[in-house]
Amino acid sequence: MLTLSHYLILSLLLFSIGVAGVLTRRNIIVVLMSLELIFNSVNISLAAFSYYLHSLTGMVFVVFNITIAAAEVAVGLAILVCVYRRRRTTNVDELDELKG
Amino acid sequence: MTNLLNINYYAVAPELVLIGFAFLVLILDLLLKGRDKAVLGYVTAFGLLVSIPVSYFTNEPVSFSGMVAADSFSAFFNIVFCVAAFLTTLISMDYMKKAKADRGEYYYITLFAVIGMMLMASANDFVNLYAGLELMALSFYVLVAFKINDNKSVEGALKYFVLGALSSGILLYGISFLYGYAGSTNFAEIARAASAGSSQNMFLILGVCLTVAGFAFKVALFPFHLWSPDAYEGAPTPVTALLSVGSKAAAFAVFLRFFAGSLAVLQPHWAMLIWVFSAATMLYGSVVGVSQKNIVRMLAYSSIAHAGIILIGLLVTNDKGSSGVLYYLLVYAFMNIGAFSVITLFVRNNGKGANICDYKGLASKRPWLAFFMALFMVSLAGIPPTGGFTAKFFILASAVNSRYYLLAGIAVVSTVISLFFYAKVIFYMYMKEADDASVFTASPGAALYNVVIVISAVATVLIGIFPSVFMDMAVQAVKPLLM
Amino acid sequence: MMEQVFFYIFSIIAVISAISVISARSAVRSAFYLIITLMQVAAIFILLRSPFLAAVQVFIYVGAVMVLFLFAVMVLDIGREKLVAYMHHQSVIAVPAVIVFFIMGAYMIIRGGWNVSNAGFPEAALAKSSEVIGKEMFGRYLFPFEVVSLVLLIALIGAVALVLRGREKDKQC
Repeated sequence: MLTLSHYLILSLLLFSIGVAGVLTRRNIIVVLMSLELIFNSVNISLAAFSYYLHSLTGMVFVVFNITIAAAEVAVGLAILVCVYRRRRTTNVDELDELKG
Repeated sequence: MTNLLNINYYAVAPELVLIGFAFLVLILDLLLKGRDKAVLGYVTAFGLLVSIPVSYFTNEPVSFSGMVAADSFSAFFNIVFCVAAFLTTLISMDYMKKAKADRGEYYYITLFAVIGMMLMASANDFVNLYAGLELMALSFYVLVAFKINDNKSVEGALKYFVLGALSSGILLYGISFLYGYAGSTNFAEIARAASAGSSQNMFLILGVCLTVAGFAFKVALFPFHLWSPDAYEGAPTPVTALLSVGSKAAAFAVFLRFFAGSLAVLQPHWAMLIWVFSAATMLYGSVVGVSQKNIVRMLAYSSIAHAGIILIGLLVTNDKGSSGVLYYLLVYAFMNIGAFSVITLFVRNNGKGANICDYKGLASKRPWLAFFMALFMVSLAGIPPTGGFTAKFFILASAVNSRYYLLAGIAVVSTVISLFFYAKVIFYMYMKEADDASVFTASPGAALYNVVIVISAVATVLIGIFPSVFMDMAVQAVKPLLM
Repeated sequence: MMEQVFFYIFSIIAVISAISVISARSAVRSAFYLIITLMQVAAIFILLRSPFLAAVQVFIYVGAVMVLFLFAVMVLDIGREKLVAYMHHQSVIAVPAVIVFFIMGAYMIIRGGWNVSNAGFPEAALAKSSEVIGKEMFGRYLFPFEVVSLVLLIALIGAVALVLRGREKDKQC
């Protein structure tokens, strides 16, 4: 029997992997992909709750999340293109103009 | 069907006004191809002014199936957002031209950012809250990167984006657990579940911790503050002013509505978490601020320290604490925008002015400018008779009233430490001689800056001298929360 | 029983490819691993009886977002990172911290304090899942739906403001 915990553990696992990716990787495109992993883990968790709680809110929220995440990726990649035009790099460590 | 959906256009009237103006500016921008964009700035400022009375008269507590709560609480915040955006729009017209980033998008993206903040302040459901939050955040990512030919601007934007998106993810994960706990994303439903169920529910604990962490990013609390000094320094200075005032106030509005309003029953359980955040943030912001050489970074750390103090008011879950938060945010809006306007004017006139030592001898060359800068610094430091003092006083009084003695003590220590860096600016302006007098020559076109600086200064002092008027407004505003 | 087997197949593939996303050396490989993960998530949505979400997931994520990523990888010509030192120094702290977070979270989830049945939705309601979601979205969630349209607009304007305008400036110089 599949229970809620199965899905929540899967979601937590993907979430942790995503956070680890954001914190460890230097290539910003990979960092953005890790952010997508995080949003997907949230979607699994919302859909699982929605299924087991017999409530539709979670499903609707997932649709909104997917849409907003797509918008976020568009802006993020636009900023990345700007950075790349200026600096010719996508490595986080080479972005060091701002230090205090 | 309409009744079932509970569509109420009056509840979102301020947002609708601003959306209308945003599209008007968008179309005007296309019609005025290649000509001076200043007129767009005036239209934007006019739209924000129109939205202030509309916000004031909006009072529709429940509409759109419980999604929107346009009560006196959100009205107060809407007015703060509109005033802040109005003042920053006035200074940005000229700044953007000088920074060679004079593009029409700036104005309507600002309007969309304000709409996002308003939606956050009036959100009564996490779905709606998240949509408003992202509207604001996406607008700010673009605004911070707006000087696309400046390395610092785009780099600051990238850091802001990565950490902002990460915080959205964490916040969403927290929301999903709260949804799992209560079976609904509505604040009222969650409040009902919280008062009925056990407080030891694991989903509730996970949900609250992750939600707090997500918002801590938005408010830039230690240790989630890493993006803020970089984004503040990189962004165009008027955007920094709006970012430090507006996005912070919006996040606090949500914090207040959710924690002091819906989860007030569980105050003893989440209090410890907020206590630690508050103490760490106050101390960190003021200690690190002392060593800063760049004035914008210094103000970034000062804003971190202020956020720590405002959190105390959140912790004190009664009308005194909550109204103290509102009052503080109102004062903070004026004094911070005032200080940033002086910096913007200074940077514009001589191309530098980012370092504190550049302000050497300002008092002898531009006595009025130096006087106003000193006034804002005094207010930020919390010295009477300015608004900054009364705001700190109200928050600390509410903390002492509710027996948070240690926290109040830490706040006083943090205030004393932060005196160092505010005094440093005043010291450079008044006690040192200028190396090169030419940098202080006034150039034409500064009239709007002076207007903004004078408005902010008058408001800062007035709020400090007549606190009761504004405090009554704040007390009225928090009434719907604490019922 | 069958369901359980499928759940484990999907989640194991999802987790392995997610780990590959963050450990692959080249961004193109990461992108393809991410596509695999996203497809598994779509499959998980089907296990949760919401084919509509699965379709949205495939259309928007795999169809639109990943294409955007691949375009960015190709246009920016990022290629391969230096083989040595492609991770931060801070990974030494970050990875254990994330593992601790995972263990704590898993403990809390398994201990959990909820009292829902493990029954899931009644099948009859699920037969019309897309219809029900649609009604909900244009009924109770009409207002956030409108706000999301503004979010999409700002993404469009923002991308144009940052990228297109930058190119005009480049030409002038």
